[in-house]
Parts: sequence; C-alpha cells; structure tokens
Amino acid sequence: MSHSLLEARAIGKNFGGVTALRDVSLTIKQGEIYGLIGPNGAGKTTFFNVLTGLYHPDGGEIVFAGETLQASAPHKVAKRGIARTFQNIRLFANMTAMENVMVGRHARTHAGVLGAVLHDRRTVNEEAAIRQRAEELLHYVNIADRADDLARNLSYGDQRRLEIARALATEPKLLALDEPAAGMNGAETGDLRELIEGIRKDGITVLLIEHDVKLVMGLCDRVAVLDYGEKICEDIPSVVQNDPKVIEAYLGGSLA
Amino acid sequence: MMAQLPGLGQFRRDKSAAVIASIVMGIVLAALPFLIGSGLGNSWLRIVDFAMLYIMLALGLNIVVGFAGLLDLGYIAFYAVGAYLYALLASPQFGLHYPVWLIIPAGAALAGFFGALLGAPTLRLRGDYLAIVTLGFGEIVRIFLNNLNAPINITNGPQGISGIDPLHFGGVTLAKPISFLGFTIPSLHAYYYLFLGLALFIVFVTIRLENSRIGRAWVAIREDEIAAKACGINTRNIKLLAFTMGASFGGVAGGLFAGFQGFVSPESFNLMESIMVLCMVVLGGMGNIPGVILGGVMLTILPEIFRHGAGPVQLALFGKILLDPEALRMLLFGLALIVVMLYRPAGLWPSTTRRREFKGESTTDVLKEGE
Ligand SMILES: Nc1ncnc2c1ncn2[C@@H]1O[C@H](COP(=O)(O)OP(=O)(O)O)[C@@H](O)[C@H]1O
Ligand SMILES: [Mg+2]
Repeated sequence: MSHSLLEARAIGKNFGGVTALRDVSLTIKQGEIYGLIGPNGAGKTTFFNVLTGLYHPDGGEIVFAGETLQASAPHKVAKRGIARTFQNIRLFANMTAMENVMVGRHARTHAGVLGAVLHDRRTVNEEAAIRQRAEELLHYVNIADRADDLARNLSYGDQRRLEIARALATEPKLLALDEPAAGMNGAETGDLRELIEGIRKDGITVLLIEHDVKLVMGLCDRVAVLDYGEKICEDIPSVVQNDPKVIEAYLGGSLA
Repeated sequence: MMAQLPGLGQFRRDKSAAVIASIVMGIVLAALPFLIGSGLGNSWLRIVDFAMLYIMLALGLNIVVGFAGLLDLGYIAFYAVGAYLYALLASPQFGLHYPVWLIIPAGAALAGFFGALLGAPTLRLRGDYLAIVTLGFGEIVRIFLNNLNAPINITNGPQGISGIDPLHFGGVTLAKPISFLGFTIPSLHAYYYLFLGLALFIVFVTIRLENSRIGRAWVAIREDEIAAKACGINTRNIKLLAFTMGASFGGVAGGLFAGFQGFVSPESFNLMESIMVLCMVVLGGMGNIPGVILGGVMLTILPEIFRHGAGPVQLALFGKILLDPEALRMLLFGLALIVVMLYRPAGLWPSTTRRREFKGESTTDVLKEGE
C-alpha cells in the first residue's frame, strides 16, 4: 500500500448559508481502510455525495486513479470504479435480493434492446454470467438464502449486507460505506467487521464513515476527522483518539 | 418459508403442463374468431380485433408506467402518429400508396422518435409534474392534427382522412374475404389473425425486455433513481429508451388501426383514450404482462357489454328504457373501476411483487425512513 488511489484537493460545498465542506483535502492509499468520522452534520455524507457525483462541489478537485473526477455524472463515477452504500439504505425495495445485485452488474455489462430481444449467444452468456456473479456475491456477504426475497422484506442487517453486495457487483476499486453499522447489534457489527476486512484482502480499498468509534479504531489504517465541514485531524487511529481537537469536537458535539 | 428445489419429475410435469396449456391456448385463439363470428356476430368480432390493438397499446404504456415508473398521460399521441403516418402514406390524400410492410415499421420508428422527443425535456420530472407535461404533449399532438389543414392542407383537419388503403400484402387485401386452399377467410377473421400475430410478437418482445439488463434497469429507476445511478445506470438514456420503446408499440398499433378502420380523425386520439389505456395498465396490474393483457381485453369488452346490455336489461326489468344506454355505459364502467381499485388495489392480476407490496407484508420499514 503505497501510491494514492484517491486525492481530494480543497473540496468545498455550501448549501445556502451552510458550509458543509470547507477546503477538505485527503488522500486515500491503494489497499487501505480509511475512516472518516465526525459529529452529526460534520459533512461526511456530503463528502460522499461530492465524491460520487451526486453533488457538484463549489471548489476543489478530486483525482481518482490518476484522473480527475470533477463534475462527473454518478453513473460515470461508478464506471470509473467508485461504489457506495447509503446512510439511509437505498435498495430497490420491490426487487428480489438477487435482482438488486444483478442491477449492480449494469455498469460492467453491455446487452442492449436488440440483444435482449434476439437472445444472441453473447447476450445469453452475459446474462448467465450476471446471474452467477450475483449468486457468488450473495454468498460472499452471507445472505444467499434470501436470494429470492424482496429487498424490503430482509432484516435491517441483511439489507445493509445486500447494499454492500450490490456495490461490489460494480467491481469497484474504492468501496465507500456510509455508516454501515448504524442500527446493528454487537454480533452483527462483528460480522460486518469481518466482511470489510475480507473486502480489503480482496484488493478493494475501503472508505468508511462510521459512528461506532470502537469499530473505526479497530478496523481503519488511517482516520480523518471532520468537524463543521473542516478536516481537523488525519492520522493513525491511536493518534487521532488522543488528539485534543478531536476530543473537543466530540465533547462539544455531545454537549450541544 | 420452505425453499425447496423442485425435483426433476416435478420439473418435467411442469414443462409438459406448460406445453399442453400452450396447445390448448393456441387452439382457442385460432378458433376464437369463428366462435365469436358465428355465435355473437361480426360486431363483436370487430370489438375483439380492437381488443388486440388495445393490448399492444397497453403493453407499450406498461413499459413507461409499469416498468420505468414514469406516469404518461399523453400516450395516445403515439397511436395517433402511427395512424396518421399510415393515413398520409396510403390514401388518396396525397395519392401515395406505399406498401404496409414499409409503413408500419416507419410508424413504429416515427412514434419512437416522438417518444424520445417527449422524454428528453421531461427527464427531470416525476409523478404529478410529469403527468401534466405528458398530458399537454398528447393534447398538442391532437390539436396539431386538428389544425394542419391550413395554410397547407396536410391532415384534412377535423374532417380527418378517409379512403385509407386497407391492410394489404402484395395483391392480397384484408378488406375482402381471402380464398386460401379452398378455404375462405372472411375479412374480420383475417384482421384478427394479423393483429393476434403482432400482439403476440409484442408480448414476446416485452417479456424478453423485462428479463434483461435493460428491463432490470427500468425497474431500478422506478424503485430508486439515485441508487440506480450509483449502480452505473445512465438514467437519462435508459428512461429515453423506455419512452422510445413504449411509443414504438403505440406507433405499430396506430398504423394497424388506420388500415383497419379506413378512416382517421383527431377525435380518435383525445385525452379520454390516453386515460383508457392507462386504466388498462393500472387495472390489469401494473408491470405484470398477463395482468396488462387482461386489462386491455376487459376494458375493451366491458364497455361494449354495458352498451349492448343496458337497453335490453332495462326493457326486461321496467318495460321501458329509463336511462340512455350510452350514459349508463360510462356510469357502470366508472363504477366497475372503483370497485376493482377498492378490492384489488394492485390490479386484477398483479405481479407477485406488487401484490406483496400492497398487502404490506414488509417486516422492516427502514426503506421508508427519512433523511
Ligand atoms: N441537500 C442538502 N441541502 C441542504 N443542506 C444540506 C444538504 N445535505 C447536507 N446538508 C447540510 O450539510 C451539513 C452536513 O451534512 P451531512 O454531510 O449529512 O453530515 P454528516 O453525514 O456528517 O452527518 C448539515 O448541516 C446538513 O444540514
Ligand atoms: Mg451522514
């Protein structure tokens, strides 16, 4: 893990009078698990939205795998190799778990209307490959037994896992997880931790927003802390934990 | 839930059951015009022919509304485009008489182009807003057709275009009985077989699309547009594709309508028709192909039953006609719609998915959680 995969330079984002991000710069290295923490409203999700092309930043630029990402549409960002999950789970509620993951293969497949109607050999093979990959991913996140259930009928923890499987289906270089442990119990969080470690072992870089400090500190190689839209600290977990500015941000947050 | 793989024997039985069912279905569909023609008369056979056209329309609209979740209240405009293209290219209006095999695909293509034309400016709209814009589009097309008789007369305005060539292939016209190997196939029967063939073709295309990468992308957009984008779906292109595909089905049906009817006028393409096709989709079971077909058949035939039945039933009950059958027909029709929507809100034949959705079987509601 040496060269950088993602470089955000001086990202700014305002919503009317609210400054959600101010001059945020950070560098994520190939193969690491990078944590992004901060009190509620610090701008973490906004950073994800800028990164994945849902919001246009007011300033700054993002370089991903050596090329600038600026002002890319979300579907292009996905194609470039950034996949994400959402803080408020966004599954295709009335599709099955299997279908959800199959949709994730969209960016890496090609069949158009003609192929779909004519069922030429290439399309048939591609469709079989999509199905097979989706099955593998459901196994990978350990919800293969729910393949034919509607996403909306899965348990909360399984929905989070399904969202990760769908994101992995896009073959990302960088997987961005927005509070994946939110609402999970201790056992589920433990499983999630193993899952994230496994994903990293498979060569995918992980960017993790998380509130569960224990999880972040145990899992991440490096952590950045946002407070009121500014990065106040970036270091290895043991240093971040003891940084007075970080302690104040969290104490201030919990007192307010 | 018992998730058990069906044994091989079960699979074979299912398969042979499906084969037998298709054979029976085939025989029924093939014999239908003769049964109806001799049992109920030609006016009912005409209605069945129209039902085939409405099935095509409903399946086309289903792609936009049922699959992609884009409410379209101007769909009948594409039917009009197909019909008028046929009328202009095969009638005395301009003295043109192009062959059918050319005009029908051209109608599909032109309607598809109009679909993209409607889709492009409305990409950012959803729900009510989209409904209003599409409604306006449908009306604009109709008003254009109504007024394109001056300064240059193209459409003949409100009088419409008559004397349109009947559907014909080479020297064989469907407007007259066709002699074939000693059999004689009456005109309405021949139309029936042609329409049935094309309707089946459209059903086939729709099923193939539904179970494809494209079909999944449509449903994904309906379910959550932002998540769809994050999955790498170019939502703009995929939505335009839905509008285009849906419209092209309408264009085919429109061309057939013009050749069948021999006459088109703007009146045939008013808002009521758009709403009727939408009702077929919603009433039958949005997004579910068998449901949409059922909706198309029922909403073509039910009003006719009311129309034909209202008079005689009143005479039998009261000895005189109290209510105008025409008015009563719409009244009963509206009532039937309300009853269905009350007792089967997901449609008469919903997909398993939507049935579950409406029964609220969901155990977790995290998906509805706000920001
Ligand atoms: N779409 C938006 N419109 C207006 N304000 C927003 C929007 N998204 C985020 N914000 C504001 O930006 C700030 C950062 O929010 P967010 O990024 O969601 O924080 P976090 O994820 O760290 O809890 C908050 O003050 C929030 O109200
Ligand atoms: Mg957040």
